[in-house]
Order: sequence, then C-alpha cells, then structure tokens
Amino acid sequence: MADLTTDFLGIKSPNPFWLASAPPTDKEYNVRRAFEAGWGGVVWKTLGSEGPPVVNVNGPRYGAIYGADRRLLGLNNIELITDRPLEVNLEEITRVKADYPDRAMIVSIMVPCEEQAWKDILPRVAATGADGIELNFGCPHGMSERGMGAAVGQVPEYIEMVTRWCKQYYDKPVIVKLTPNITDVRKPAAAAMRGGADAVSLINTINSITSVNLDTMSPEPSIDGKGSHGGYCGPAVKPIAMSMVSEIARNPETHGLPISGIGGVTTWRDAAEFISLGCGNVQVCTAAMTYGFKIVEEMKSGLSQWMDEKGYTSVEEVIGRAVPNVTDWQYLNLNYVAKAKINQDDCIKCGRCYAACEDTSHQAIAMSDDRTFTVIDEECVACNLCVDVCPVEDCIIMEAMQPGEVDPRTGKVVEKEYANWTTHPNNPGAVAAE
Amino acid sequence: MSSPMTPGIAAARLPQEMLAENFDDLHAPYAPHEAAVAADRCYFCHDAPCVTACPTDIDIPLFIRQISTGTPESAAKTIFDQNILGGMCARVCPTEDLCEQACVRELAEGKPVEIGRLQRHATDTLMAKQRHPYDRAPETGKKIAVVGAGPAGLACAHRLAMHGHDVTIYDAEAKAGGLNEFGIAAYKSTDDFAAREVDWLMGIGGIEIKPGMRLGDDLTMESLTHCFDAVFLGVGLGGVNALRADGEDKGGVRDAVDFIKDLRQTDDLTALPVGRDVVVIGGGMTAVDAAVQSKLLGAQNVTIAYRRGRDAMSASEYEQDLAASKGVRLMFNAQPVAIHGNGAVREIELEYTSDNGTGLKGTGETIRLAADQVFKAIGQMLTTDGGLNLEGRKIAVTGAGRTSQAGVWAGGDCASGGDDLTVTAVAEGRDAAMDIHATLMGST
Repeated sequence: MADLTTDFLGIKSPNPFWLASAPPTDKEYNVRRAFEAGWGGVVWKTLGSEGPPVVNVNGPRYGAIYGADRRLLGLNNIELITDRPLEVNLEEITRVKADYPDRAMIVSIMVPCEEQAWKDILPRVAATGADGIELNFGCPHGMSERGMGAAVGQVPEYIEMVTRWCKQYYDKPVIVKLTPNITDVRKPAAAAMRGGADAVSLINTINSITSVNLDTMSPEPSIDGKGSHGGYCGPAVKPIAMSMVSEIARNPETHGLPISGIGGVTTWRDAAEFISLGCGNVQVCTAAMTYGFKIVEEMKSGLSQWMDEKGYTSVEEVIGRAVPNVTDWQYLNLNYVAKAKINQDDCIKCGRCYAACEDTSHQAIAMSDDRTFTVIDEECVACNLCVDVCPVEDCIIMEAMQPGEVDPRTGKVVEKEYANWTTHPNNPGAVAAE
Repeated sequence: MSSPMTPGIAAARLPQEMLAENFDDLHAPYAPHEAAVAADRCYFCHDAPCVTACPTDIDIPLFIRQISTGTPESAAKTIFDQNILGGMCARVCPTEDLCEQACVRELAEGKPVEIGRLQRHATDTLMAKQRHPYDRAPETGKKIAVVGAGPAGLACAHRLAMHGHDVTIYDAEAKAGGLNEFGIAAYKSTDDFAAREVDWLMGIGGIEIKPGMRLGDDLTMESLTHCFDAVFLGVGLGGVNALRADGEDKGGVRDAVDFIKDLRQTDDLTALPVGRDVVVIGGGMTAVDAAVQSKLLGAQNVTIAYRRGRDAMSASEYEQDLAASKGVRLMFNAQPVAIHGNGAVREIELEYTSDNGTGLKGTGETIRLAADQVFKAIGQMLTTDGGLNLEGRKIAVTGAGRTSQAGVWAGGDCASGGDDLTVTAVAEGRDAAMDIHATLMGST
C-alpha cells in the first residue's frame, strides 16, 4: 500500500482528500462523520462576520445536469455561506480539531473588504486551533452582490490587499480560493502570491443556469417562479478546473506556488490527474454530496493501487509530474503525423465514425456495401473525432507514422526532428531555427 | 456411439463437441466493457440492501465502484476481506435470492445490477495475477485442527492462518474443496476452478491439508482435542436421506450427489453414463443440478418430481427457469411410492399430494413414469456428530459456531442455523475463526 500521507503547507493529513468548504462541512455533526469515514481533512464552510446570521432561501438551492441514467454530471447551488452563528461554528471547530488532531482543519472565511473585519475575525479563528484558513474569493452568487466572494476574486488588487491583511493578523497558512469567473486565472493567482498567500485553491464554482422550466419559464432552481445564477460544480467542471490549475502551475510567476485542486474530483483518477498537474492535494464536494462520505474509500484504494502499480511511494512524487508536458499550442510538434486505424475485429459497424468524419470532418473514412469502415490515409488528418465518437473503447486508435515514411495525405516524408509553429515557414513571424 | 434415444443407461449420448459446449461456463465472464457498463448501473446505495442480504457482508457498492474506476484488483480485495472464497461464491451463490434480489434496481426495474458476475470479474482479475493478496501475521505457536476442507473449513483455516496460527485441515476425500469440488454443477465451476481456488487460498501459508482422513474412521475427537489448541468441524452432511419408497434398492437408483461428484471428477464426459428417462426426486439445488446435467449429458427425458408445490421449492425461480430452459420437466405435488423394474428400475410410481393446511398428504392417485435412472436429491444428513450435542439433526452451535464442547467449534452445513449455502458456510467458518483467535489469544 502506497503511503497517501500528505504534507500541504506543513499541514499533515493521512490522505490528500479534503472536503471542500461547502454544505458537507457546515457543522460538527457532518465533519465528525466525514473524519470517521476517512477523509484526510476539511475546509469548514465559510464563516462570515459576527452579527445577524446570513439568511438562505427557503426553496430549492440546487439544480442538476444528468446523464441518461440520472447520473449526476453537474450540480449548481445558490446557497450562501454558513447561516449559523459565528460563535457556534468556532466552538464546534475547536472541539472537532481537538478530537481529530491528525486531520487537516482549514477554516474558510468571507468578511467585508475592510481591514477591521479581518482583524476582528482572524484571532478568533486562530483560537480554534485550526491548521489554516482559506479566503473565499470565489463564491459567485448572492455574496458577490454584497461586494464579497467572487466580487473580490475578480479584482486582483483586492485579493492582494486582503491576503496581506490575513498574513499580517494570522500566523498559520493562508490559502486563497480563486474564482473561475474571470478571463485569466493567472492574474488573481499572482496577486495572491504577491499578498503573501501560502497557497491557492481552485476552482470555486462557475456562474450557471442548469435548466429552464419551459412551462413556467423559470430558471432552475426556481424560487417562487424566479431563478438566479448559481455556482456550477461536479464532474462537468473538471476539465475547466484542470486547465486553470495547469496555467498557474506552469506560469513562471506562480510556478511552485502550492495548489489545492478543486473541481469535479469524483474518483481516484480525477485526484491523480489534478495532482499530476501540480496540486498538493484535492478538495471534494459534489461527489460526497452525491454518494455520501463513504466515497472516499474508493478514492484512497484506487490512488494507492495506482501508485503501487507505478512504483510511486508517496503522493509528493506525483505532484506536478504532468506540468512540464503542458505547453502552448505554438510549441507542439508539427512534424508528428498520425493516422486513424480501425480494428475490424472490434468494430460493431454502427457507422458513427463515418457520420462524424463524412459530415463534419475530412471525409477520411470509407464505407462499403457490407458496412465495413476503413480509414482513407490520403484524407486523414488524425483529428481523433472518430476515436471520440466510437462506442467501442480502443476499436479506433491513432497510430504515429514513423520518420522516413511518406504521409499519403501530403506526399511529404515524415521528419524525425521536432519542429513547431515558431519556426514554420507559413508563420509570418517565424524565427530561423537555431 | 449412442444417442439420447438409446434405451437404458448409456454413455456418449452426445458428441464430444456438444458436451464440451453444454458444460461450458453458464455465464461467460464479462469483457471489460461489459463490466464497465454493468458497474455503471450501481447507485452506490447508502447502507445498501445488497450488503445486508449477503451472508458474508461484502461491501458490494464499494467493490462495484472500484470496478467502475478501473481498479478491479482493489475491488477483489474488498470482496476477499469479507469472503476469501469470493471467486466461487461469484459463480454459485443464488444471487437471485440474496444480493440481487435486494438490489434497488430489482425493485425499480426488475433488472438488478449483476452483482455476481461483477464479483467474478473482480476476483478473476486479481486471481489471474497469481498473487495472494494477504500477509500472514507473526506466528502465534497455536495449532488448530480443521476437519473438512469445504467452504466453511477453508474460510476458517485461511482466517486463522492470517492471524498467525498453524492450521491442519483434515478431509475425508482425496481432494480438498468439499462441495465446491464435488457437489456443484460443472457449468458453474469450469476449468478446475475449485482446485485452483484452494491452491490460491493456500498462498497465505501456515495451512497443511491432510486428505483421506475421515472423522470417526481415521480421526477421533479425543486425539484432535488432545493434539490441538482448538478444533473446527466443517464436515458437511455426508449422508443422503432415504426415499422410503418400495424398490429403492433397485439398480439405477442413485444419490444425486454421487452423480454430480462423478461428473465433476471425470475428465471425459463422453464416458459418463446417463439414463434415457431420468427422474430426479427432490426440490433443491442438488435436484436441479442433477437434472440439468442429465439433460446436458444427453438424456432424452428428464423430470424433477417434487412432493410439494412450486412455492415450497427451495431451488430458486432462477434455477427452476434454468432447468425448464434446458428441457427439464418440473412436476409438482408428486411423491415417490414405488420403484418398479426387474432388477433395475424401469418405472417410478408417484402419488399425487395435496396440503389442505393439516400437512402434506397423498391423495391416493398415482402415476407411473418411465425411468431407467432415478436420482435421490431429498436432502443430506449428518454422518458424524463427534459426540457433540445436536439441535435437530445438526451439530448445535451458539454464537460464532461454539459447540457443546469447549475448544470445539463447528460451521457450514453440519452446524445448526443458517442456510446450507456456500456463502453461509464461508461466513460461519470466518466468524468461528475470529472467535477461536479471540479465545486463544485471551481477548475474550
């Protein structure tokens, strides 16, 4: 069994699976159950300032996107930060941390963009014995209308300023949670770093409307006939999250800044992918909300099995392994040539590859009278669409051509040397290869 | 070469290729894509009904999820943690009466998640890697005798060995495995799986099997309790109940378990004789196994005659359908009263029965069926009680298999309580092992 222990910012946890700041971490009851179920850590649901508690809607807070068998693919929510009194949360955090010293306990905070507000709450959070704080600069609904959450996260200067206050008034690790509702995630990440953040976590949820009720003409979830955009999460957002994580991981300005990966982590594989893209751990919410806390057992057994099979002895060894392979388009090897190949033994003759290629791509698949589908190498640009639409795994593969072979499509010899767009003759800005 | 029409009892009624096909896996193993699609149907229920329905409490939603995330080896580990014979149980469990009956999709759609086949996919994957997945605890120096190398004894021995004890298994037969090896329809355990599973299980170390040792003949309870720190009896039910019908001793009348045993041990199905007109008496899994296999061997007419109605039949609806689909005739409310024939059976005389609430009674009306072979499958009985107290016709046990004698545990078909199923035997053997371990190590 591979060792899943992780050390994130000096905060140790028995595994890299933390529960994200969200409904599952709103109360002592839930968090104790989570720790008993084996979660490595939690980020307690966001605390607000002292005062009258936040008020939530009294109707549906969630909307969903399903697969055909009602597999939940995406979830959005319009729930606000904790609606329980600050003191109650702080007391509970203190008790739970004392009882589970080996688990990570991070407290998410969102208070107004005023120094005094942060100065007031930070010592009280510090007194709980929690291991660190996460600044909620991501929540896209409700709180952002009041100048908090994503409203802060969309302004790098604010991020930097608040992070600096937190580093000034709090002596444990500060994690800045980023919103994806921006154009370039590198900017807020760099701002957090300048403010002294120990790490960033991302992504928070994405502005979304999951569906519209065509009878009432109300967006879902609908509150008395009206809906508001909510934060989208779950398996559907994972590709967006991974891209943003990788941008921060490979940006020279923020490279090496610890990242806690969030966004659709549902299985061990999702976690391994986030970690390979530079995350020191992952945070999970939708998978737990869909299947219960027990889901972590599969994540742990799967990650451990995979690490054993690959010979990795610690999570640390996996962190960032894929980052060097994330590059800009302009650096992709244009001398790499592949061709689709259909395995006739596996083909079930559905013709989806043909429809996709003939109608929407390069007319590179031939169909015979007896429904045999073959690739026309003279036309195939190896776009991969046939592979993506084929219902049979590995029935169609992309086979790399070997240097020296002639590409029947271009009539050119496949070259051995790597060459990219920056030196390509068609590029008006090309520079001579050195 | 004979044919299904050849009168009497004859071998080679069907050509070899057809026999090979007939006795192939009842359910072919899943291809990886099929397993993925089947696993995808699991809802990962909370406190899942399928787990409650499993005598060994396998965490079914977890192992199915592990299959769906591409780690069937971890899935197998989840299974083996609870049931070291999970490979055989995947093949022989009446899942339609257990986990799959409890599946919420059975309730919703009448189509449960195929838990048994998924379990086989996982366990086959891990076992194909020839890696025994458990390490043995440091040796304790304690010695335990297990009598009977069937599912209960093997499960008990493995768990004890895992905890560092030295285990000696005695078995009356020449081969280990018990009913897994000798008593299950061949098409449920192909490619010598029972023997392969025993070899794989022995990979834990610390277990020695001594075959050809029968309790009562070659072994005594006194010597066992004297030489070992604890004794576990998993001797099964060695005897077969009598028909109590006239002419029962005529030629061609056999115990179904012996017929099944011959089938399982033969390496040439064409050499195995079977009647043209076969009648199986009984209503359980053994009756179905014997009847279906008679048909698959090429018998022309096969009838299962059961003295009660369909509802009372202990063979599941699935097994009944399997028999019917192979061409076996199911006859209800008919009990044997006489076997006719001059030396060998030619006909069986059955009396119709009815039950008006005061117990099953013959109606006096009889029917004769042509029969050149009659298989008795009306239940097995205990042949060795080791001098222990009985409850009904089985060894009385309390708690985790404790018998009336201190230091002696029992489980499986020979012990009171629980259904006579492989999976129940495994659970009882495992739990007795834990109790033996706790007792010997002084934690109780």
